Amino acid sequence: MANQKKDHRKERLDRGIKVRTDGVYAISHWTEMTYLLAPRALLIGGLLAAPLILSYFPYWQRVLSIICIYALLAIGFDFLANYVGLVSLGGGFYVGVGAYCAALLNSHLGLPPIVTVPLATLIGGIICTILFLPCLPLRGVYFAIVSLMFPLLAARIIEALNIFGGTDGIMGLDGFSSGWVEQYVLVCALLVSLFVLRRLVIEDVGLVFRGVKDNDQAVKASAINITTYKGIAVFISSALGCLGGATLAHIYNWAGLSQFGLDYSIIPIAATVVGGGGTLVGPVIGCILLVWLSEELRDLGTLRIAVYALVLTAFIVFKSEGIMNFATRKYQQFERWVHI
Amino acid sequence: MNNKPLLKVENVSKAFGGVLALSGVSLEVHHGDILGIIGPNGSGKTTLVNAITGFIRSDRGTVLFKDRNITNWPPHKIADLGLTRTFQVMRPYYSLPAFKNLIVPLFSGRARRSGGWRGGGKLGSRDTVAIDILEEIGFERDSYVPYKPASSLPTGYLKRLELARCLALRPELVICDEVFSGLSMSEMASMVPLMEKLRMEGITLIMVEHRLRELFRIANRLIVLNFGLKIGEGTSEEVMDSKEVKEAYFGSEEEVFSYV
Ligand SMILES: Nc1ncnc2c1ncn2[C@@H]1O[C@H](COP(=O)(O)OP(=O)(O)O)[C@@H](O)[C@H]1O
Ligand SMILES: [Mg+2]
Repeated sequence: MANQKKDHRKERLDRGIKVRTDGVYAISHWTEMTYLLAPRALLIGGLLAAPLILSYFPYWQRVLSIICIYALLAIGFDFLANYVGLVSLGGGFYVGVGAYCAALLNSHLGLPPIVTVPLATLIGGIICTILFLPCLPLRGVYFAIVSLMFPLLAARIIEALNIFGGTDGIMGLDGFSSGWVEQYVLVCALLVSLFVLRRLVIEDVGLVFRGVKDNDQAVKASAINITTYKGIAVFISSALGCLGGATLAHIYNWAGLSQFGLDYSIIPIAATVVGGGGTLVGPVIGCILLVWLSEELRDLGTLRIAVYALVLTAFIVFKSEGIMNFATRKYQQFERWVHI
Repeated sequence: MNNKPLLKVENVSKAFGGVLALSGVSLEVHHGDILGIIGPNGSGKTTLVNAITGFIRSDRGTVLFKDRNITNWPPHKIADLGLTRTFQVMRPYYSLPAFKNLIVPLFSGRARRSGGWRGGGKLGSRDTVAIDILEEIGFERDSYVPYKPASSLPTGYLKRLELARCLALRPELVICDEVFSGLSMSEMASMVPLMEKLRMEGITLIMVEHRLRELFRIANRLIVLNFGLKIGEGTSEEVMDSKEVKEAYFGSEEEVFSYV
């Protein structure tokens, strides 16, 4: 170790995290409660306060909205990949479907955003799930490739058939009544999804999902239809993407082909790698970092992609476990110098 | 015993490429039986189990369970009817406490319908039900074995865990694929009464083994497979005495006793 002193040695204690978080011990003293609650409070409080803090920087308020949309996609990706074993590159498809659903509901039926967003989430999720049903028996890289075809095909089909406004898209959609509504809808949706998903994966049904990923034969032999559970998981994941897409359509007052863009498929994966797969919170942190980084690098022009790629590579090489896994480990460890 | 078979397999065949893994195998199991299926490695035992339980599609033949034609049904539907199986290669949730491995079967429609173990199937009590099942199958509750991570358990317990996963469904027929293999003598000795106990509780068993001594003790009928063909059937004594079986399965007569 580089910073080893003479006759001193670094000692590392792993706190009894199981006891500290599980038992009555966790609520035995305010320090224990703080230990558990502080990181959670930081995330929740930070996200809730962000629109207020950023109110002096309108540009960054919009960035916050984009972060939330990517984060919704990323937790959906993380859930599907690390808890159900389906690596989906269909993020662009979910966003596009959500955006077009919201746009059609708004332009044809005249429904306000506050109705179209939840409706598009639901309808979009159902559409995506039905279209993905034939692919559910596929595994691993085969599922990934087929799911990547969806956003590519959808854009080409809309273009070729000239439906839904063709290459122009659907314009003139209603916006949210104010920036506050836009940001708080997204921040709250993100926090609620995060809470619900983290809950879901530790419930009994979470074990069924993990079984589908780790040992689907045993799940089948346990009289459980794995296709049903894969379908439910795809619905959850795609509905999150559709929610993001629907808000996106109302933010830009427009639904168009670029919403089937590959950014929405790729960035959530990168964010999951950076943030730490399987943690659900990690991908949110990853999105904050990556979107912020890409905004900072905007001045670099084309070099931006190169720097971006370097940062990503560095993460994969040096911290492949991701920020969240690393931080959790460090938080639960205690290091000190001891005299030998 | 009524004379309608619980499971009736007729003429099942399966080829993998050029390899004929099963050729026209038939068998019958009655309620309360313990049927043994033996055969050397690669003789098609696991393939037969897979074909019966729907994990592979058979090329020909029919499988009837409780008078229903379940040929090539999906595995989860077959399990839902009460026919379930253990796997030769076990893959439990190693990082989780042993009892958590039973949550998945207890989550199934069949387990819910049957109201859980001993009728106490309230929602949220799956953990308790799981621990009861493990106790039933020989995990000592007091020694906290059910709470230990599956990765820390010896093979004997893992085999029991695999069996417990089947029992959680309250099955009528369980097919055990080599539950005795890889066990020490003492582990095996404690497994035998367990199988008999299950039979007493009304569960019909098919035991697939290549270990013979234990099987001869508990099975009331045996079937011998070789190269996908059924080459013998009968009680333990009949099978042991059959010249054909001896030659095909044991190679030569002297070797019989080293196996048995
Ligand atoms: N999925 C498969 N693909 C190709 N060949 C297989 C497959 N499963 C089994 N076999 C072949 O079928 C034969 C029977 O195998 P198996 O049923 O596993 O035997 P046993 O369980 O009696 O040891 C073997 O020759 C094996 O190589
Ligand atoms: Mg086998």
